[in-house]
Amino acid sequence: MTSRPDIHGVKVEAPATGTGGVLPDLPHRRKKTPLADRAIDVFLLLFGFFMVLPLLLLIANAFKTPEEMLAWPPTLVPREPTISNFTSVLSSTPLLRWIFNSLAFALSSAIAISVTSAIAGYLMAKFPSRTMSVLFAVILATAIVPFEVYMIPLYFQAQALGILNSLPGLLLGYLVMSFGIFLIRQNVIHSIPDELLEAARIDGAGEIWIFVRVVVPLLRGALGALFVLAFFQAWTAFAWPIIVATTKESYTIEVGLALFQTGFTIDLGRLSAASALVLVPSVTIFIFLRRNLVQGVASTGLKE
Amino acid sequence: MQRRRWLFSIVAILPVLAIFAYVRVFPIVEILRLSVHKWDILSVAKPFIGLANFRELMGDRLFHEALLNTSIIAFGVLAITVPLSMTLAALIYHRTRSRFAGFYETTVFIPHVVSLVPAAMAWKWIFDAQLGPLNALLSVFGVEPKAWLFDPVLSLVCVIVLCSWQALGYCVLIYLVGFKNLPNSLFEAAKLDGASGLQSFWNISVPMLKPITLYVSVITLVTSFNVYAQVYVLASDAQGAPGRQVRVLVLDMLENSFRNYRIGYAASEAVILLLIVLLLTLVQFRLLRERRSRA
Repeated sequence: MTSRPDIHGVKVEAPATGTGGVLPDLPHRRKKTPLADRAIDVFLLLFGFFMVLPLLLLIANAFKTPEEMLAWPPTLVPREPTISNFTSVLSSTPLLRWIFNSLAFALSSAIAISVTSAIAGYLMAKFPSRTMSVLFAVILATAIVPFEVYMIPLYFQAQALGILNSLPGLLLGYLVMSFGIFLIRQNVIHSIPDELLEAARIDGAGEIWIFVRVVVPLLRGALGALFVLAFFQAWTAFAWPIIVATTKESYTIEVGLALFQTGFTIDLGRLSAASALVLVPSVTIFIFLRRNLVQGVASTGLKE
Repeated sequence: MQRRRWLFSIVAILPVLAIFAYVRVFPIVEILRLSVHKWDILSVAKPFIGLANFRELMGDRLFHEALLNTSIIAFGVLAITVPLSMTLAALIYHRTRSRFAGFYETTVFIPHVVSLVPAAMAWKWIFDAQLGPLNALLSVFGVEPKAWLFDPVLSLVCVIVLCSWQALGYCVLIYLVGFKNLPNSLFEAAKLDGASGLQSFWNISVPMLKPITLYVSVITLVTSFNVYAQVYVLASDAQGAPGRQVRVLVLDMLENSFRNYRIGYAASEAVILLLIVLLLTLVQFRLLRERRSRA
């Protein structure tokens, strides 16, 4: 958490308490916390705890013996932690393969969406013409249509290309993001002055050089937010992967787990272990990239 | 010069446009086209049958059930999420200076980003009739254990709880942005006039945040109308045939296309889903414009 210069060249000090996200950084006005505020704090702490409790219990269950899992009240810290659930689930399912598939899918999707959004967003912001306005309107209009509506025709396109049950097949649905193009366009309009581009052109810079060396570095923040947003979108995708990936080797982790939990007589310990293996890395990534993600998600609300 | 620049922009955007057209525009047009055709995958012919698919949908009991369930889920999630997230955002915003502010924001938001299936599995265990802690907790208070996931009404409640739990973080976040953008001077003036925190929340924040509320409501409804994964995990029965308990639109649609091989029929369901979403979006824009013209 370092201080960084804002647009006007004024140093903005990041708060030491680390509120992060979208909260404003207010100065400390009072030292003493009133009783009502204490009560609110207690309520919010409890609420936050109960929000993550299901996940904590799931992770705890993964380390429990079958007997302890049935105990009441459920324990948050297992009394006799065991890793047998993990070894058993790892030896009976290609779980690591599924995690790898998901990672590859989410990363490629995030890269594809960042690249296509950066190119289209920049061109639509800085090369205004009637053609561009029409294109932009079309892109915004398609953004309203939910993915679930058109995934069946898209499935047959993937089939025609012969890319079912493969990474390219998964990727087909997640190559572009209308909102990403919109986000980058807004960012270019607000943060890249025309004069800067003109100056570069007068210095003899080519258009491609300007894009790569001037525009992209200035969009780092927005692209970072978009990248993380796109990553999590693909990482948690379900409906598309479940119709496109139908062989055990091509499952993403979401699909693999969903089928695993219906296909077997329910073995809670192994299910929990498998879930924990998926949750822990994604929650860790989230906590590291929280600022980026919160920024990206918050900006989805500024569409109008 | 102007012309050269225009040419550059068009050539440079072409690859992106080509991809966009192929993976978005084409399938959207295709779903509209398929919905008025009869296509059973195996047959080569795809005869045009007009609105016959839609007419059949009107009398399809399974489709009615799916539409009803999905609507109940969507409005149930809306009823829980919007008031709760606005209140939470108000409290979190009020306690911005608290050293736990980061904790509040993170814990509320985590359910929104974790993978759907593992999270749904956690809730499936909580709701489980024999093994779940919910029934165990209820029995402490002398309440009869219930078969949460096997009762048609209760399983809907379970899906609503799970979906609300996931949607809440996003809504809180959007509301926080809204609170941050409210003019501070209004609240200070209200304070000078002796308004309590609760009064300013009710009389200033709630009306001023109306556009945000509208946006959050529509997004919540649209997302919930597309519910699938949560139902797939929660309401699948022991034989591994998912969705027997709670049939939703996306599930019915996928079943019609990939189990019954009736692509045209499934496409007409997708078009109904699209119409619902368009209607909701239209209502949102209408209400927003009304507000602007009055202001």
